[in-house]
Amino acid sequence: MSVSGVSSEERSDFTRLENRRLRQRSIALFLSLAKPFSWRIALSGVLVVLGTLTSVAGPALLAIGIDQALPALTNDRDWIPTLMVVGGYIASGIFGGVFISTYIRTSTRVSQGILFNLRLRVFRHTQRLSMSFHESYTSGKIIARQTSDLDTLREFLDSGVEKLISGVLYMAFTAIALIALDPPSMLPVVISFVPVFFFAWWFSTASKKAFRISRVYSARLIVQFVETMTGIRAVKAFRREEHNERTYGEQVDNYRYANQKVISLFGIFDPGLKLVANIVMAIVLLLGAFRVLDGGMEVGVLLAAVLYVRRIYDPVNDLAMFYNSLQSAGSALEKISGVLEEEPTVAEPSTPTSLEHPRGSLDLTAVSFSYVAGRPVLPALDLHIPAGQTVALVGTTGAGKSTLAKLIARFYDPDAGSVKLDGIDLRDLSNRDLRGSVVMVTQEAYLFSGSVIENLSLGKPDATLDEIEAAARAVGAHEFIMSLPDGYETDVNKRGGRLSSGQRQLLSFARAFLADPTVLILDEATASLDIPSERLVQRGLQTLLADRTAIIIAHRLSTVSIADRVVVMEHGRVIEDGTPADLIAGTGTFSTLHKAWRESLA
Amino acid sequence: MTMTGAVRDAQANTERPRTIAALARLHPYVKGSYTRLILGIIDAIAGAIVALSIPVVLSWIVDGPLTTNDPNQIFPAVGLIAGLGVLEAILVALRRWLVLKPGTHVDGAMRADIHNHLQRLPVSFHDKWQSGQLLSRAMSDVSTVRRWLSFGFVMLTVNVITLLIGFTMLFVWNPVLGSVFTLCALPMFYFGIRFDLRYRKLSRSGQDQAGDVATAVEESVHGIRVLKSFGRSAYAIDNFTDRATRLRATELVKGKASGTLALSLTALQAFAYATSLLVGIYLASTGAISVGTLFAFFTTVAVLRWPIDSIGFLMQLTIDARNALDRFFDVMNVPVRVREADNPVSLPAASGALVFDNVHFRFDDAGETRAATTPDLLRGVNLEVRPGETMALVGLTGCGKTTLTALTTRLYDVTGGRILIDGVDIRDVRLEELRTRVSMAFEDATLFSTTVRENVLLGRPDLANPVDEMTRERAETLLAQAIDIAQAEFVYQLPDGLETKIGEEGLSLSGGQRQRLALARAIVTQPAVLVLDDPLSALDVTTEQLVEAALRRVLATTTALIVAHRPSTVMLADRVALLHDGVIADVGTHTELLARSALYRHVISSESDEPRILENVDDERELDVATGVDELRAVDHHDLDSDRDEVVAP
Ligand SMILES: Nc1ncnc2c1ncn2[C@@H]1O[C@H](COP(=O)(O)OP(=O)(O)OP(=O)(O)O)[C@@H](O)[C@H]1O
Ligand SMILES: Nc1ncnc2c1ncn2[C@@H]1O[C@H](COP(=O)(O)OP(=O)(O)OP(=O)(O)O)[C@@H](O)[C@H]1O
Ligand SMILES: [Mg+2]
Ligand SMILES: [Mg+2]
Repeated sequence: MSVSGVSSEERSDFTRLENRRLRQRSIALFLSLAKPFSWRIALSGVLVVLGTLTSVAGPALLAIGIDQALPALTNDRDWIPTLMVVGGYIASGIFGGVFISTYIRTSTRVSQGILFNLRLRVFRHTQRLSMSFHESYTSGKIIARQTSDLDTLREFLDSGVEKLISGVLYMAFTAIALIALDPPSMLPVVISFVPVFFFAWWFSTASKKAFRISRVYSARLIVQFVETMTGIRAVKAFRREEHNERTYGEQVDNYRYANQKVISLFGIFDPGLKLVANIVMAIVLLLGAFRVLDGGMEVGVLLAAVLYVRRIYDPVNDLAMFYNSLQSAGSALEKISGVLEEEPTVAEPSTPTSLEHPRGSLDLTAVSFSYVAGRPVLPALDLHIPAGQTVALVGTTGAGKSTLAKLIARFYDPDAGSVKLDGIDLRDLSNRDLRGSVVMVTQEAYLFSGSVIENLSLGKPDATLDEIEAAARAVGAHEFIMSLPDGYETDVNKRGGRLSSGQRQLLSFARAFLADPTVLILDEATASLDIPSERLVQRGLQTLLADRTAIIIAHRLSTVSIADRVVVMEHGRVIEDGTPADLIAGTGTFSTLHKAWRESLA
Repeated sequence: MTMTGAVRDAQANTERPRTIAALARLHPYVKGSYTRLILGIIDAIAGAIVALSIPVVLSWIVDGPLTTNDPNQIFPAVGLIAGLGVLEAILVALRRWLVLKPGTHVDGAMRADIHNHLQRLPVSFHDKWQSGQLLSRAMSDVSTVRRWLSFGFVMLTVNVITLLIGFTMLFVWNPVLGSVFTLCALPMFYFGIRFDLRYRKLSRSGQDQAGDVATAVEESVHGIRVLKSFGRSAYAIDNFTDRATRLRATELVKGKASGTLALSLTALQAFAYATSLLVGIYLASTGAISVGTLFAFFTTVAVLRWPIDSIGFLMQLTIDARNALDRFFDVMNVPVRVREADNPVSLPAASGALVFDNVHFRFDDAGETRAATTPDLLRGVNLEVRPGETMALVGLTGCGKTTLTALTTRLYDVTGGRILIDGVDIRDVRLEELRTRVSMAFEDATLFSTTVRENVLLGRPDLANPVDEMTRERAETLLAQAIDIAQAEFVYQLPDGLETKIGEEGLSLSGGQRQRLALARAIVTQPAVLVLDDPLSALDVTTEQLVEAALRRVLATTTALIVAHRPSTVMLADRVALLHDGVIADVGTHTELLARSALYRHVISSESDEPRILENVDDERELDVATGVDELRAVDHHDLDSDRDEVVAP
């Protein structure tokens, strides 16, 4: 099975090979994230080293204090060694404090910087990914990657790395100090590392799996949460609450068990290490005590040795936590790197052909397309639209009209055949050129939370207020906008929920007006309008479309009056094509449709 | 953004409880776990005592066997130390096991609770709150609380107790040394409090900003089609970058605050340590204390080091948890305003007469800034839909049709007047019953990530998961019927037929296909009252005719309110109600209204592409479209006013 991209996201059992591949992917991502911060990371490393040094100095200073300063003071009334020890302490405190606080700041910079960059990278990448990805990878999952997975990574960055560096260093320095003080005491410590190693290996294997499972469930929670809150009206109207409560409850339980598993693994690991530490300390004490009795060792040295041994294991706890958060962050990185590994199937060309002055002729040649392999939506389609023509695209629902529109807007690439704008294959156009010349008003009029202005200027970011207002007037939206509490500054709420559906459509219309593209595709853009507004819009369209190519998908055949040409689709094929007058006069599908429509107006 | 701002301001104004009181709100969730938590704390204290007693034994060895050169006592002494060591490990394991359940249990309960509460909060609440803010509460805030409860809370308690015991022991070892150390350590309180004040606000902003980031992510994904189609990913990226930058800035300031605290804690501690060392060595040199005591004193100080060092971190954790809880309860404390009746009345088994009696409605946020000037959206709607009758609801864009339909199932509650079904005020009926009785199809067809079958049978969970053969058959029949009426046969052609997974996690459908499924969903429940909001807008003429023909059969016996924009849909109805300016301007059959109401003709008639409404206006006035619109509207209004007189006159 493949583990590339997001394909393996729901799995938690991997072969050794797959595991390695996932690990490499996560590590590569992590390294690339860490790279811009290398000097800061180095700096924080140095700071940790220094900070650790100062705190390792503690017992040594104490040993000096007891073994040298005290006798000196007692016997010779010599304050100097004492004062030096005390001074050393104060200095180590101040330096230690400065090191630690500088370290905290630096590492916050690093961790926040990494998170920031990763957030943006994932965001950019998901924006770049094609529609086909977004259709199978739910919004909830992307949100999960950007929120709970990043939280996990953050925990790791905030505490994990410091724990590792300071832990290892602390151990190393303490070990060096111990060896300098009394080498034989080091032996039991060294031996103890054998069981510790195996113990850690066990923990690593077991927890990795548990963490993966926990990530999967956390994402599922988010997915369901987002879906429920997005569809809250339907949830309420169809009394879905109890069902949701149950399924969400199950997911919560799953997530809880996964977490419990992780925590209880750690609950074995952590005290296990403590046990080893304490036993080794007892052994060192035992051996040392006899050596003191033999006269081979000073009491002060023994005490310091015992303190050191105990301290050597202090960071073991931290290291265990580091390891824990590493595993957890690892599984989050696994998922994130999976998303980043996805390639846009509809990619921008590396060497785009430039389109200086788009005229707007469209050529679809032998285009075939299917969403699901083996179920062609468009079997083989030829359509040529000269620049400046207004085409009405009609046909039964599910015929493939929107699909055709999406191909022209390059939401998808055709499986075979080509879509060309002014003779250039869309696949050879830069996004800038393409999006600048082809704009599609989709069937669902999505508005973002934010003011009316913000939403409209999406069509043209540098639009002036006058332009925005003119566009709003052109579609007849100005009046209702002015009646909103803050006029153009009114927040339309999430998804434009503050507006009626017709008002939303008017705004997305105005947005397209502002964008002023060469090719304008309107997919049912007037379906929710009342008739007077629709008439206004159509009037506006007549002026607007005069010199541009337009494809208008509409079930209300009133659109036909402003079209130069009508294309009728059925089952992904063009079955009729001609001027409105010809088709209406004829005996084909369209003439029947048109008659039926006229009758329905009565 | 302004909305969230408003919500936040409102929160800022309400009195903030003190941290302890704030955390005490966890009580209902922790109720069942106190025993374990308390045992955990006792265990942790025992662990601390064990850790603290190791130095005691050490000092005893130094002053005892090692001084008296008595090898026989060494084994028992070391054995004691080893035993204490083993005990310490066991206590740690035990503690982790004890607090494991409470932590994850509280976590699970809070997660489920906030989800369930949110589901019950009215639509008006969801209109206002950013989705990311809700999500971040349900996910990361709850995790923060869990971490605090199973780690922070226990450690905090343990550390405080360790510190108390430790400091006492310092005094026991030597009162002079103990006082010196304590005095030198006291200024830590000052720094701690200063930090607390500073960090509180930062932590809350950080959490809020994380919610904003989540919102931006969600919107960018849900609006991906628009962004792609306009090639405006850059806009979304800018917006996202803004929010992420703000979040980062806050986090950096938080880092600074923690750094400062760490500096003061470390330096003060070293200062206290050094001073005590000075005094200690002096005392030892005069023989006032033994070397063993000196040693024990400093070993005890060493044991106190971690609790002191960790204070900063634990304070952070506690403040974070407290703020997370605030955020959690911001939502949990919002009352479910569309409330179940106290003494619910059952709807009579009758026919489904739907009556709007002087219904008023205004949105909470309608014209906040000019409340005086903005009238209610609906101001006195009177309409009677007789049992079995089909009533079309017609009106201009934004006149309140959707809102009116939403009132019938109490997605919003009327702000004045009442709605009666079979003579019963719908506010006196259980929500569950009301929503079974009244079935809706929305303007935008929301499909859930599940099979076609379950999507259609959404309102009939009993049929979606049939328990016996009979219900199964019934489910099949009803399903087939609904699909037939909605002309949704295409579902049989989907890869797995009725079992095909659709929605966000499954197959995407065309606009018309989605709408037909939503229609089938509304029909399949066989409701007494059917409320359809522009149900045929995405259908082509042929399909529309088929659906209408089939719908007529259903509508013959069902009370229905159908929002319509097109004459063809209006034709389904027995009568038409014209909604204008917040009232029902006229009711009658299509033909009657066409004949008597200029307003109605204006709204619905498209007989000619030349708008009728303009026939009494100078033709030149409509030429310039861009500037003509307002005049056109003005004309509309003029015309409508005269129209209303006309309505009243006969
Ligand atoms: N993203 C998708 N994945 C899989 N199948 C799809 C997807 N979008 C559409 N389809 C299917 O492709 C066919 C054509 O859909 P399309 O949206 O192009 O129809 P349409 O002509 O626009 O219909 P409508 O008038 O209802 O909007 C339909 O059968 C639909 O179910
Ligand atoms: N949540 C809200 N808060 C404030 N105002 C709102 C809210 N939702 C809708 N409105 C306003 O209430 C009015 C009525 O909206 P509604 O959706 O009921 O219109 P409608 O008649 O269904 O229009 P359409 O034909 O376009 O669907 C609109 O002017 C809209 O701006
Ligand atoms: Mg379509
Ligand atoms: Mg509406």
